[in-house]
Amino acid sequence: MSAGTPKSLPSSGQKSIQDISHPLSAEESVLTPSPDVGNTTSSLGEKQYSFPLTTSLQAPACMAFIHSYQDLSLPNGTPAGTSSPGSSSSLLNRLQLDDDLDGETHDLFVSVDDPKKHVSTMETYITYRVTTKTSRTEFDLPEYSLRRRYQDFDWLRNKLEESQPTHLIPPLPEKFVMKGVVDRFSEEFVETRRKALDKFLKRVADHPVLSFNENFNVFLTAKDLNSYKKQGLTLLTKMGESVKYVTGGYKLRARPLEFAAMGDYLDIFTQKLGTIDRIAQRIIKEESEYLVELREYSPVYSSWAGCEGELQKPLEGVSSCVSSSSSALEELTEDMSEDFLPVLREYVLYIESMKNVLKKRDQVQAEYEAKLEAVVLRKDEKSGVPADVEKCQDRVECFNADLKADWDRWQNNKRQDFRQLLTGMADRNIQYYEKCLAAWESIIPLLQEKPDIKSETD
Amino acid sequence: MADSGGPEAAQLSSNDPKGELGDVIPEEARSLLRKMEISVAEAEKRTGKNAVNMLETYTVYLIETRRVDSSAENQNFSPDSLWRRYSEFELLRNYLLVTYPFVIVPPLPEKRAEFVWHKLSADNMDPDFVERRRIGLENFLLRVASHPILSNDKIFYDFLTEENGWKEEVMETGFQPKADSRLKALNATFRVKNPDKRFTELKHYSDELQSVTSQLLRVRARVADRLYGVYKVHGNYGRVFSEWSAIEREMGDGLQSAGHHMDAYAASIDDILEEEENYADQLKEYLFYAEALKAVCRKHELLQYELETAAQDLMSKKQQREELASGTVRTFSLKGMTSKLFGQETPEQREAKMRVLEEQIQEGEELLQEKKTECDEYVRNAWSDMERFTVQKDRDLREAMISYAVMQISMCKKGIQVWTNAKECFSKM
Repeated sequence: MSAGTPKSLPSSGQKSIQDISHPLSAEESVLTPSPDVGNTTSSLGEKQYSFPLTTSLQAPACMAFIHSYQDLSLPNGTPAGTSSPGSSSSLLNRLQLDDDLDGETHDLFVSVDDPKKHVSTMETYITYRVTTKTSRTEFDLPEYSLRRRYQDFDWLRNKLEESQPTHLIPPLPEKFVMKGVVDRFSEEFVETRRKALDKFLKRVADHPVLSFNENFNVFLTAKDLNSYKKQGLTLLTKMGESVKYVTGGYKLRARPLEFAAMGDYLDIFTQKLGTIDRIAQRIIKEESEYLVELREYSPVYSSWAGCEGELQKPLEGVSSCVSSSSSALEELTEDMSEDFLPVLREYVLYIESMKNVLKKRDQVQAEYEAKLEAVVLRKDEKSGVPADVEKCQDRVECFNADLKADWDRWQNNKRQDFRQLLTGMADRNIQYYEKCLAAWESIIPLLQEKPDIKSETD
Repeated sequence: MADSGGPEAAQLSSNDPKGELGDVIPEEARSLLRKMEISVAEAEKRTGKNAVNMLETYTVYLIETRRVDSSAENQNFSPDSLWRRYSEFELLRNYLLVTYPFVIVPPLPEKRAEFVWHKLSADNMDPDFVERRRIGLENFLLRVASHPILSNDKIFYDFLTEENGWKEEVMETGFQPKADSRLKALNATFRVKNPDKRFTELKHYSDELQSVTSQLLRVRARVADRLYGVYKVHGNYGRVFSEWSAIEREMGDGLQSAGHHMDAYAASIDDILEEEENYADQLKEYLFYAEALKAVCRKHELLQYELETAAQDLMSKKQQREELASGTVRTFSLKGMTSKLFGQETPEQREAKMRVLEEQIQEGEELLQEKKTECDEYVRNAWSDMERFTVQKDRDLREAMISYAVMQISMCKKGIQVWTNAKECFSKM
């Protein structure tokens, strides 16, 4: 924050450097708990949060903030006072209990499967079965199963972005595919897309805030989504309302260190992911060309076998080994194409989303700073800080808190996802070599057996 | 292949514990190798003036021989040695080709590097090439030394033992002009009326062997090229993981060490492919052997053709005699026509002619007999060597395939090792 601002803001950006924890660390950091206005749960409950014990300035402001919103009813109709997971009392209860991300209550399970092609007069498209199993009271039934198409997922994502602008929304697989280049109805394409959609939905379902979003609920439960869409209802959270109307064009004075660090990290990470994607593609290309040559190699041994006597069997054996290696290699390249590359690309999209959220945060902060500066310049000291400026300040704090929470969650997910991705890659390569090994080991006895002696040892 | 115990001797003992194959290789085969150990120990670069008085660099090879007395307890004789260059080996081989046309003469390692995959040097001065050539030359000498017929040749023996004067000695045998005419004959086209079916089949086989081994070598080189690319690209992972690990906290260590394994993986291909060159060399030997086999068949064709020509000439001479005796002209000859036109010959003239014909027929009979004997002997010798060759070829190629399979197995195991290590690092991320 710039040195010009007279008032010390109880936001994470105003901390001295020592107090700001490394954005990439998973250790506990001292932060103001996020009084997510209107959101049913905050990202509290993760180990990063603990009540601020040091800065007394912050706690009362926060608590007052929370209490002032007790009168509101939550978007899904339940009064805020009830002990829903989002209310402050249960927040406090949960703080000490959950140690890690996985400790969150898993009471909502979703999956995407069973792609089917639909042919109508107007168009051909694919639908996917979306299954929900839940014990949450926000849902009327414990189980749902209905069909959705990509459009519907896209709608959901847009709605989530609109209504939860302070949160990071997981990415969807690419919307547009070049019609001539990619077959939209091929098994591989549909399967890759299905996996990505499944991942998207699961990430939303695992998010403590997003999963309670009304739009998400509708997506999972409404029989006729189209008519719902037509109603054009956008259920914005209070935060969403406020952030939506933040006009752009404010210049940010100084980005708080931790958010700047996030931005830097994302820039470098994007670069590295791009490099890894290129390397992976190159490897697949080289392996494909290797495969082409192997496919020519095997038949030569066969034709040689055709003009030999005693050597016929050994040569045929070698030929079949090379063939086996070819098949194994083909499987490897296919798997890498289908499983590895899409996940990498998805993370690039994820990073883009995160960068957008960071930008929005910057905007919110910039607006606040501008308004504050305007007030200062007016030298209107009598009434103190006007209400709208205070609202801006709250917005900044909330956004920062939400973002930090999502960032930590994202870092954790990223770590798990990449661990899984890379071990998967290693596994596939191991399997490839094991298949080849088995083939070559199996012909050693064939190669060693001598026709004349064999009859004697039988 | 290249140990001084002799390829056949060594392989015999390892593959043939019961000694069942002992009958195929007669005792004399091991005679030279019983008496001496042969090796091509070293290679060196020399510079000197060539035939056109220009400075050139060439490689010489050190041939070491050591007398081995199998009865003696102490076999520590000091080795004799001399230096030879590739062209002298070529001279020796050409001599052997001409002198023993019915033998499938062992080939020399290639003069220039062929079937090269891109990373491998095609430069004759490249140390790896020179080393593989050294091994090839040693292999050649051992094969000749273990051949039942070739091993007894004096020129060969002197090649191994007489540094000076060997060139003159081999030239004095007068083989060079024969070598030239042999080449001409091999490339000539002629039709044999009654080809020997066995040799026709053999020639056909030699063509197929040549075609299939050269195809195999070509494709193998391309396969090696591609495989090299696959491994080396993985090295890029090493660098990017390292760079990535710099911005990560918990994931950093795992990424960094995994990157090292990727580097190791990329580096491992160099040794793997170098070892595979040995397999390629074994295939190359039989590619060139196929040529030698074809030459033996062609020589037989030539002899057969000469035999048929001799028989035909004799037959026509006999026919001429018959015509002369009976007075009928069945065969057209200019003399006959002119004598018809310009009058008959005198009885004296006719008698003189008859005498000449009888002489020619006599010579013709002898020639035919010679050719027949030559042909039969050739067939006998060639067939015997062919059988020897087949046994050797089947054994050698089987060995080659086993070693190739072993190489593939080793490569797979290394791959599994590296990726398992990498996986461990990834799981610790």
